[in-house]
Amino acid sequence: MFDISPTEWTAILLSLRVATVATLIATPIGIAVAWLLARRDFWGKALVDALIYLPLVLPPVVTGYLLLLTFGKRGFVGAWLYDHLGIVFAFRWTGAALACGVMSFPLLVRPIRLSIEAVDRKLEQAASTLGAAPWRVFLTVTLPLALPGVLAGMVLGFAKAIGEFGATITFVSNIPGETQTISSAIYSLISTPDGDTAALRLVVVSIFIATAALIASELFARRATQRLHGN
Amino acid sequence: MLKVDIAKKLGEFRLKAAFTSEGRVTGLFGASGAGKTSLINIIAGLLKPDRGVVTLDGETLDDTAAGAHIPPHRRRIGYVFQDARLFPHLNVRQNLDYGRRMNGLVEDTAQHKRVVDLLDIGALLDRRPGKLSGGERQRVAFGRALLSKPRLLLLDEPLGALDEGRKLEILPYLVRLRDEAGIPMVYVSHDAAELRQLATQIVMLKGGHITAFGGVKVLTTPP
Repeated sequence: MFDISPTEWTAILLSLRVATVATLIATPIGIAVAWLLARRDFWGKALVDALIYLPLVLPPVVTGYLLLLTFGKRGFVGAWLYDHLGIVFAFRWTGAALACGVMSFPLLVRPIRLSIEAVDRKLEQAASTLGAAPWRVFLTVTLPLALPGVLAGMVLGFAKAIGEFGATITFVSNIPGETQTISSAIYSLISTPDGDTAALRLVVVSIFIATAALIASELFARRATQRLHGN
Repeated sequence: MLKVDIAKKLGEFRLKAAFTSEGRVTGLFGASGAGKTSLINIIAGLLKPDRGVVTLDGETLDDTAAGAHIPPHRRRIGYVFQDARLFPHLNVRQNLDYGRRMNGLVEDTAQHKRVVDLLDIGALLDRRPGKLSGGERQRVAFGRALLSKPRLLLLDEPLGALDEGRKLEILPYLVRLRDEAGIPMVYVSHDAAELRQLATQIVMLKGGHITAFGGVKVLTTPP
């Protein structure tokens, strides 16, 4: 049963690569957005807030189709990226990473935002009276205190990215070795005769990755409370 | 020398105050709600006045007519808050060192030792703020503000959160601070006895206005 075939390994490794790249690129953007939402009032804030959560409530196939329209080779962003920078998203693993990044973004941003909101602004004021410019206040006080939330957001985003299916398969299809992640491999296997055992193996792998992510996230959350209470 | 002449509206509350302090310790005296904290937040730059001027040693910190506002991190004004506000993720040593690092000052071990000895916090250096008592936390907060080498030190009821016993424990340190540190201070309190011991000059605030100004003796006249 636990003899994982090369094709399955390819799918597992691709999933890990796609999810890692998606998380690493989405995290700095997520921190910036979370900080803006937690600490600044600006025109259109409610709209930005709604846009970020949209992938969570839209049917994934809709998000995937919108990505295809925007970032496909003929999409208005995709065409520009291809002409000017030679970057292609459509039917490539990079497109899978983009889809996963967009789909996991709300889950990534939320814990970061909450943990930034939980940082006492009085501490930030104290830092500024000690001579810290706003960006240094952020780097030396806000971010370290919010770090457990950042890690929790990364873990949740990563777990979501690993499991993403609908938007990915709509945007970049299901090409073994290029865009076939664990989820799309399982989807192919269960529609293939005699694919059940292989599908089950990948199911077990998925459960393992997801559980590990949740436990890690829980540990980070516990450290957050400790840190904020100064023990 | 600190010169303040400002007006600020906060909701329904109007703060309007003008004074010049030359003493070593200016006591800002008044009941809670008199506008003491708002006034020193304006001096610190944490709050912008609606109108007016704040200058320190001839340097303009706020001048609304000229549109000038120096942000708090460039004022070199230390601030000790009632609730200490130590950074919970840093130990005492790192808290003490924070102002020096942010201001890009060279390490001054002699000064560090003087302050640590003055406040008697040498034994606490490796502890986290969460493991300190209220009085210890406040002493570290004094040290942290002093070591940023401020031109002026603001103290907002630094003993306010402590019980009588703790107050008596801290007061001698404050007297030493006044006599040895050589930094002018603005000391906010609603406790006349405390100010009689520490202040060299009194600004009395009531309902957002200055009702008396002068030596410590103004504390004896009813506000």
